[in-house]
Amino acid sequence: MSAPPSALTPPLVAPARTSGSRSLGIVRKRTLRTLALVFLSFMAVFYLLPIYVMLSTGLKSFEEVNLATMWQLPSGLYFDNFRAAFAALRPNLINSLLLTIPAAIGSSILGAFNGYVLSKWRFRGSEVVFTLLLFGMFIPYQSILIPLVQFMQTINLYGGIPGLILVHIVYGLPIVTLIFRNYFAGVPTELVESARIDGASLFGVFRHIMVPLSPPAFAVVLIWQFTNIWNEFLFAVVLTRPSSWPVTVALNNLAGSQIVEWNVQMAGALLAAVPTLLVYILLGRFFVRGLMAGAVKG
Amino acid sequence: VRGSRDRLTAVAMLSPSVILLGIFVYGFIAWSIRVSMSDWQGLIPSYNFVGLDNFVRLLFNDRRFQIDLRNTVVFSVVFIGGAIVLGLILAILLDRKLPGEGFFRSVFLFPMAVSFIVTGVAWRWLMNPATGTRTSGLNLLFEGLGLDFLVSQWHTTAPPWGIAYVGIPALWQMSGFAMALFLAGLRSIPDDLREAARVDGASEWQLYWRVIIPLLRPALLSVVIILGHISLKIFDLIIALSGRQLALDVPAIYMWTTTFDANNFSRGAAIGILLLLSVALLVVPYLWYSRRQEAEL
Repeated sequence: MSAPPSALTPPLVAPARTSGSRSLGIVRKRTLRTLALVFLSFMAVFYLLPIYVMLSTGLKSFEEVNLATMWQLPSGLYFDNFRAAFAALRPNLINSLLLTIPAAIGSSILGAFNGYVLSKWRFRGSEVVFTLLLFGMFIPYQSILIPLVQFMQTINLYGGIPGLILVHIVYGLPIVTLIFRNYFAGVPTELVESARIDGASLFGVFRHIMVPLSPPAFAVVLIWQFTNIWNEFLFAVVLTRPSSWPVTVALNNLAGSQIVEWNVQMAGALLAAVPTLLVYILLGRFFVRGLMAGAVKG
Repeated sequence: VRGSRDRLTAVAMLSPSVILLGIFVYGFIAWSIRVSMSDWQGLIPSYNFVGLDNFVRLLFNDRRFQIDLRNTVVFSVVFIGGAIVLGLILAILLDRKLPGEGFFRSVFLFPMAVSFIVTGVAWRWLMNPATGTRTSGLNLLFEGLGLDFLVSQWHTTAPPWGIAYVGIPALWQMSGFAMALFLAGLRSIPDDLREAARVDGASEWQLYWRVIIPLLRPALLSVVIILGHISLKIFDLIIALSGRQLALDVPAIYMWTTTFDANNFSRGAAIGILLLLSVALLVVPYLWYSRRQEAEL
């Protein structure tokens, strides 16, 4: 199969009214582009399908809800399902906020410290330290779960949100350190050196040079941590009592219940997804950078 | 004087994280290994050393764990293989500067921002296997569109294939990630290289097979590592999709139930350590390789 030249390279000759073979090539190129667009649109429908079902089900009235008419649009905008789901999940949505925000900020600050020292103040063995820190990103948490529960019970942080905050700060450190280290490595060393000549201390350089330069890195890290911690399930289900459940645990419980109708479950699922989806829609750029940071230079 | 004060500051900035991760990662792994070699079954901890008994039992004498391993393999093949194929196709198409590229990219990536629990709850209704008047979800849609041959039992299909269908929501969630990595790889290939291949008479097909896809090997490696370790520890998606059924059991679910429902802590720890070993086999060479590569730059 030979395809026409890539769309990346502009044609050297004006496309219109050239030789026969060239215009044939352009027709084929158009057909292929149309086919590609059709395929991409089909895939977009696949990716949006669950959102459509959650949204259209959520907006139906209780009377309208019926598995047989699942795919039909609602006759109007009713908020019964969302109201019922919100009533069930409200305390857990609040728990998730109380958990996610301090944990994201805490791990970002510690990660910025680490990234700074490991990129600009390398010492003998600093690469080893960094690699050992990074490994924490990949461990299956099942391998530390039992000691973790025992430890949290021993230090009296089992069951509540503060303990879960601590756990998310700790296990967030590897990825956050990685992002800050790579970001700070890009800051010119001359900048650091000239500040040193002016008498700045190690912390002075951090405070007056690095921090003012790092809002983009903080945005990436905070958004990444916010999304991950909001969506996390395993630590939450193992380490918290029902009154401290974040929204993922409560939603899973709702979905497993025989009493709660599927339409309310769908509305609940969408409610649980709204905060991270909003962040993605508004600040997706930073989210994608966090995504790539964990992979490209793992 | 300034030097030693700075050294103290550096230690002060780094040590909280080093200490915390030292305890929470390495200390806890060591402790888990100890539990995994003990006879702790029940609410009261017991650390009598029994060697590798728990591991031997799991690996050679435990029907459930063997089902779990089979399920993990089937799931991983569908999930990782599917993500590579789908991600590569989407990336190659998006790389051709089609109209709406930004929109498509955002749509393919947004499921990454959603919890596996949300995904599981939504897909539990989309992949509802009920028949007759209770037909719903995708089956209902397929019947409505006259695509009856696509109607399926989904994840309730007889083992071992039921778990393969769990790959669909997993792909829905993560294939955009593979696409993003491949797209970044494609964008880093200089245009000159493509031009040179074309000048040499390569067809577009050859250009991709012989030149471009081989250059995507680093991206492919990242996709396999990241998705591979996710698929080894897959847990929340299955819980939210179908609760706990033996047919869809995986090591992470076994670990959870045997530890926290059956209080068999030593066996739970052994499963955790086996998971860790399998992930380490995948990740350690990769970490070592990529750190060394970076050091060479």
